[in-house]
Amino acid sequence: MNASLSFRGASVTAVIVVLLTGVLAVGSLLPASSPVQVSPFIMTLAGKYLAYAMLALAVDLVWGFAGILTLGHAAFFALGGYAMGMYLVREIGARGVYGNADLPDFMVFLSWKSLPWYWWGSDHFPVALLLMLVVPAGLAGLFGWLAFRSRVSGVYLSIITQALTYALMLAFFQNGFGFGGNNGLTDFKDILGFDLHSPYTRAGMLFISGLILAGALLAARYVVGGRFGSLLIAVRDAESRTRFLGYRPEQVKLLVWVFSAVIAAIGGALYVIQVGIINPGEFAPANSIEAVIWVAVGGRGTLSGAVIGAILVNLGKTLFTAWLPEMWLYGLGALFMATTLFLPQGLMGLMRHLPEKRPSEVTPEVTNPEGGEA
Amino acid sequence: MSAGTLLELSHVSVTFDGFRAINDLSLSLAPGEMRAIIGPNGAGKTTMMDIITGKTRPDTGVVKFREHDLTKLDEPAIARMGIGRKFQKPTVFEELTVRDNLLLSLKGLRSPFALLFAKETAEEKARIDGLLHTIRLGREAPRQAGGLSHGQKQWLEIGMLLGQEPDLLLVDEPVAGMTDAETMETADLLREINQTRSVVVVEHDMEFVRALDVKVTVLHEGSVLAEGELDQVSNDPRVIEVYLGR
Repeated sequence: MNASLSFRGASVTAVIVVLLTGVLAVGSLLPASSPVQVSPFIMTLAGKYLAYAMLALAVDLVWGFAGILTLGHAAFFALGGYAMGMYLVREIGARGVYGNADLPDFMVFLSWKSLPWYWWGSDHFPVALLLMLVVPAGLAGLFGWLAFRSRVSGVYLSIITQALTYALMLAFFQNGFGFGGNNGLTDFKDILGFDLHSPYTRAGMLFISGLILAGALLAARYVVGGRFGSLLIAVRDAESRTRFLGYRPEQVKLLVWVFSAVIAAIGGALYVIQVGIINPGEFAPANSIEAVIWVAVGGRGTLSGAVIGAILVNLGKTLFTAWLPEMWLYGLGALFMATTLFLPQGLMGLMRHLPEKRPSEVTPEVTNPEGGEA
Repeated sequence: MSAGTLLELSHVSVTFDGFRAINDLSLSLAPGEMRAIIGPNGAGKTTMMDIITGKTRPDTGVVKFREHDLTKLDEPAIARMGIGRKFQKPTVFEELTVRDNLLLSLKGLRSPFALLFAKETAEEKARIDGLLHTIRLGREAPRQAGGLSHGQKQWLEIGMLLGQEPDLLLVDEPVAGMTDAETMETADLLREINQTRSVVVVEHDMEFVRALDVKVTVLHEGSVLAEGELDQVSNDPRVIEVYLGR
C-alpha cells in the first residue's frame, strides 16, 4: 500500500528515538565525576525537544497528509500542557508559598475561596489524563466539524487556526480565567509521588517520553499507511473527486485532525512535566508557525522528518540563542527560505535521494520509481 | 414521473451571476439506455452533469433518480445512490498506485473510521484484478497513477467508475485527447458497459458519437434543441445552424 510514499522509515526512527532516550537516561544516572554523565540541563532540553517532536508529528499528519496547513496547533499542545499542569499544581498541596492544601497559590493570591468547578478532580492523575485527551480532542472536533463541513480550506483555514490559538492565548492571560494568568502554572514538586527534581524521575520521564513519541510515530504510520491513508492522500490531492466516489472528505479530515490534536496534547503534557512550567505564551501564534517550519525542514509528509526537523531546529535554536540571541529569528527565517528553495522535501528528501515525486516529472518508462527503496 | 424512467430532469433552470446556464431543461432517460449529449461550448452540458451529481443546485425544477429527489442531496449521497461521474479532464489520485486508485473506488466501505481498520479482502482483490483486466492496465497496477499516459488515465478513471458499480454513468468528453484507435476502443468499452448500466455521454467528437449509435440530445443555450437518431438530428436545420454548420 502506498508503496512509493516516503514514511516507511517511521518505525526505524521510532527505534532510534527509544535507543537514544535510553542512552541519555542511563547517562544521566552516572556519577557527576563520570566524563559521559548527562547533565540535568541536557535532560531538560532533551525532554523539551521530544515534546516538540510530538507537536511536529501532529502538524505533519494534517499538513503533510491532509493538506491542512495548520498555524494553530500549539493550541492543542498548550491545552494538553495545562491539563497536566493542573494536576501538577494540585500535587504541590500544602507545600506552596501560602501553605494552602486545597487551593493553588495563584488562587489564594487572588483571594478565591474555593476551587472553580472546572478544577474539580484535577488532583487525580487519571482525571488529568482524561482532560489532557478530551479537552483538546473536543475543541479540535468542534473546530474541525465547523470548518470542514463549511468547506473552509487553504489560507482561510490557516488564518482561522491562528485566530483560535490567539483567542485562547488572550483568555489564558486573564487572571479570572482560572489558570494562573500570565504566570501560568509552575513550581511543581512531584508527579504521582515521584520527586520531579530527582535524577531518577527525570531519567524515567525522558525514557517514557521516548516510548510515547515512538508509539505516536508507529500509530501515525499505521493511520497513513493503510486504506484510510490512501483516502487521506486522495482527499489532499483531489478533494472534490473523492466526493463523487461517495466519500465525505470533511469526515476524513475531521478524523485525522482530532487524532493530530491528541498527539499534540500529549506532547504538551510531556513538555510541562519535564520543563516545569506552562504559561499562555505557549499559545502564541508564532509557536505554531515555528512548528510548521520544523516539519518543512525535516520533510513534509514523511513523519520521521517532522521528528528530526523538530529536534534539529530546536537544537539549533538552543545553540544559536546562546551565541547570538538577537539573530535567532533571522536564522530561522533564512532556514525556512533555504529549505523552501533548495530542499522542497526537507532533510528526508536529501537523506533518501528520492526522485521528485511530482507526477509530471515521473517518466513513464520507469515502472516503479521508488521500488528500490528499502 | 413515468414508470420506465431512471433519470428525469423537468423544467430545470440555473443562473450564474445573471447568466442562465440551464434554461427550462427537461430530459429523461430510460433504464438501460445510453444517451449522447452534444452541443456547442456553453450549451450547458457540464452544468447539467453538475446538477445531476449534486455539485450545483438548480434554482428551479425537479431532478429525479428513480424516486429520489437529487436536488436535496449532496455529491457523496448521490454517488452512493448509484450515479458515477467521469470528468472531462481525467482526475485520478496521482500519488497513489493504480491499484490503490481502484481500491478506493470499489463499491462498499465509505466510512473513514471503518477504513482505518480495514484490510483488503480476497474478494476486493479479485474485483480489482477484474477491473485491471477490463481497462487493460494490469501491468501498470503497482505504478503511481501520476506516471500514466493521458489515455491510460482516462481508462483508469473509467475503471474507477466501474468499481463504484453505479446504475448510471455520466461520462464527460471521454475521448478528448485520445488517438483514433483509442477513441474506437473507448466506444466499444462504453457499449460493453451499457449492457449492464445506463450511460449519459457528453461528447464533441462526431465520429465517436456515430460509433456509439445511440439516441442523441442536442443542447443549446441551456435547453434541449433536438432529440433523436444522430442522422435525424444532424439534418435538423436548427441544429445545423447552431452547431453542425459552424
